[in-house]
Amino acid sequence: MSQQKNPIMGWIDDRLPVTVTYEKHMSKYYAPKNFNFWYFFGVLSMIMLVNQILTGIWLTMNFTPSADGAFASVEYIMRDVQWGWLLRYMHSTGATFFFIAIYLHMMRALLYGSYQKPRELIWLFGMGIYLALMAEAFMGYVLPWGQMSYWGAQVIISLFGAIPVIGDDLTTWIRGDFLISGATLNRFFALHVIAVPLVIVALVVLHLLALHEVGSNNPDGVDIKKHKDENGVPLDGIPFHPFYTVHDMVGIVVFLIVFCSVMFFFPMGGGFMLEYANFEPANGLKTPEHIAPVWYFGAFYTILRAIPHKLTGVIAMGAAIAILFVLPWLDKSPVKSIRYKGIVSKTLIPVFGVAFAILTWLGTQPSSGEFLHLINNTTLARWLTAFYFGYFLLMPFYTRMEKTKPVPERVTGGH
Amino acid sequence: MKKVIALFALMASSLSYAAGGGIHLDEHKTDLTDTASLQRGAQTFMNYCMGCHSLEHGRFNRTAKDLDIPEELMQENLNFANQRFGDLMTIAMRKEDSKKWFGATPPDLTLVARVRGGSGDWLYTYLRSFYEDTSRPWGVNNAAFKDVGMPHVLAGLQGVQKKGCAPVSTGYDSLTGTEIMVDSCELAEPREVLYLAEEGQLTPKEYDNLVYDLVNFLVYIAEPIALERQRLGWWVLLFLVIFLIPVYLLNKEYWKDIH
Repeated sequence: MSQQKNPIMGWIDDRLPVTVTYEKHMSKYYAPKNFNFWYFFGVLSMIMLVNQILTGIWLTMNFTPSADGAFASVEYIMRDVQWGWLLRYMHSTGATFFFIAIYLHMMRALLYGSYQKPRELIWLFGMGIYLALMAEAFMGYVLPWGQMSYWGAQVIISLFGAIPVIGDDLTTWIRGDFLISGATLNRFFALHVIAVPLVIVALVVLHLLALHEVGSNNPDGVDIKKHKDENGVPLDGIPFHPFYTVHDMVGIVVFLIVFCSVMFFFPMGGGFMLEYANFEPANGLKTPEHIAPVWYFGAFYTILRAIPHKLTGVIAMGAAIAILFVLPWLDKSPVKSIRYKGIVSKTLIPVFGVAFAILTWLGTQPSSGEFLHLINNTTLARWLTAFYFGYFLLMPFYTRMEKTKPVPERVTGGH
Repeated sequence: MKKVIALFALMASSLSYAAGGGIHLDEHKTDLTDTASLQRGAQTFMNYCMGCHSLEHGRFNRTAKDLDIPEELMQENLNFANQRFGDLMTIAMRKEDSKKWFGATPPDLTLVARVRGGSGDWLYTYLRSFYEDTSRPWGVNNAAFKDVGMPHVLAGLQGVQKKGCAPVSTGYDSLTGTEIMVDSCELAEPREVLYLAEEGQLTPKEYDNLVYDLVNFLVYIAEPIALERQRLGWWVLLFLVIFLIPVYLLNKEYWKDIH
């Protein structure tokens, strides 16, 4: 591209580094050639982010952010706005698929040690995105102003009340009122459509800049920059564009097939995506029978409920999220990928994935129920909470002590 | 203060129309393509329900169009308050008044099928489960919704059900093929059941059909776009599956030399 420049591009390049940037991030960004299935979920998260932003913009055109008007305006969008139902379902289904993609993306990092040196900052920015996304999703769920919007917000905001001394004042400050009201709805609308999306987009940019600075990890966890050809191109690397753009397209289309199957045929997701009680307008005097968070908060909600003391529960829930931030410094293993880690890590990483999934499930169920008719939900929640923290807190020890396998010089398997 | 709120919440929830009841629900085989059933359901709703319950998120014209009801027919026979054709299907009764009269405002029913588990099962069971209970203000209670505030508006059609011991079917005689009836209180697990004590204008079968149509209509009005959504969904999936072929081949072509 740089040899025979088109004069218009040359004119622009002298004033704005378009070609250089394109080359740095696309055509001359060398990614390892051995990416597998798990490496689709970064780009899929991005697709969902774009989906949420675009459909969100059109939804705001007809949404009324007031306690009197919000619920009816959502139904107005569903019935009277041209294609409004599609925009709304794309947005509500998109939230679920965004979290599915993000969770699998994080699981990938866990499997292949993508958070390890020198990628700590990538992980931290990613965690920032995850945290912002949770706030975004929570506030977004309040906007339709249904019963679960209202009571979910009531439960979550009241958690801040557990903080000693300032708790009560803090909850009033967050709500902007003495109870959840139109004031709360309006500020959540502002934060949901402007403030938090800006933060998320900025963090995504930082996440990618940091990634492209150090280069992508891979399922072997080997550094492809150690072996380069005479032009300085990694031997195991291939240009992101066109190789991974065409490759990702396959993943995107398959993902969209799953996404559209759910959106067009099961838009309520069996009550997990759009909860039944949320089709009833918010009513501060009538508590729903069973208040459950949307599924993607399930794991943390379970940890909160597992502990019978409110403040301790809140601390545990906060710690469960906070501990993820320091993951790069808990893993002391000399190798990155699960493929070469010792038997303890090899066992615990998949078990952790399953434990997190069960914790998530429990969060959507009444705590008095039984899991598979085998064990009381609360008892199971406590064991899994202990495992969750044990997995991270003991990581510095077992990753240091276990016997790892030798890591190959070059990536294995290829494509 | 917190205790007061908790008390209110408790009182409200005991009055609430949410209480599930945990009884066995009869399946409602919803069929949104059965326009005749939807029309009959709309007719029943406008005649029996709309005195108290609005459909405030739906419009007369959209409903008429979806249900193949001509404008004049809709306006003359189903729009009793003479609202404009493009209006939302609201009612004139004020919420404060109905709260005073019934103890609770009759809820808007546009979304009731979605509130009740996204299907017609609960409604289909509920509307057939009223029984006589003289301790209640309206003289009726409901097996699917204990101490419901609503009178049995369709009692004239269904008749009067009572709750007590009555013969129930336990299967069929293998030799004669006749149904075996046993008193419900003499079963291994004795229970009280609902039985028809006084006949109404309709036979039980006709009444079930009437409720079926009404619930079909309520499922429709909860999401009028449902059929169109699914129709479009098949086309979108078809496009994506076909699109996957060139995308897959393009990827294969690019990667064939990468080892």
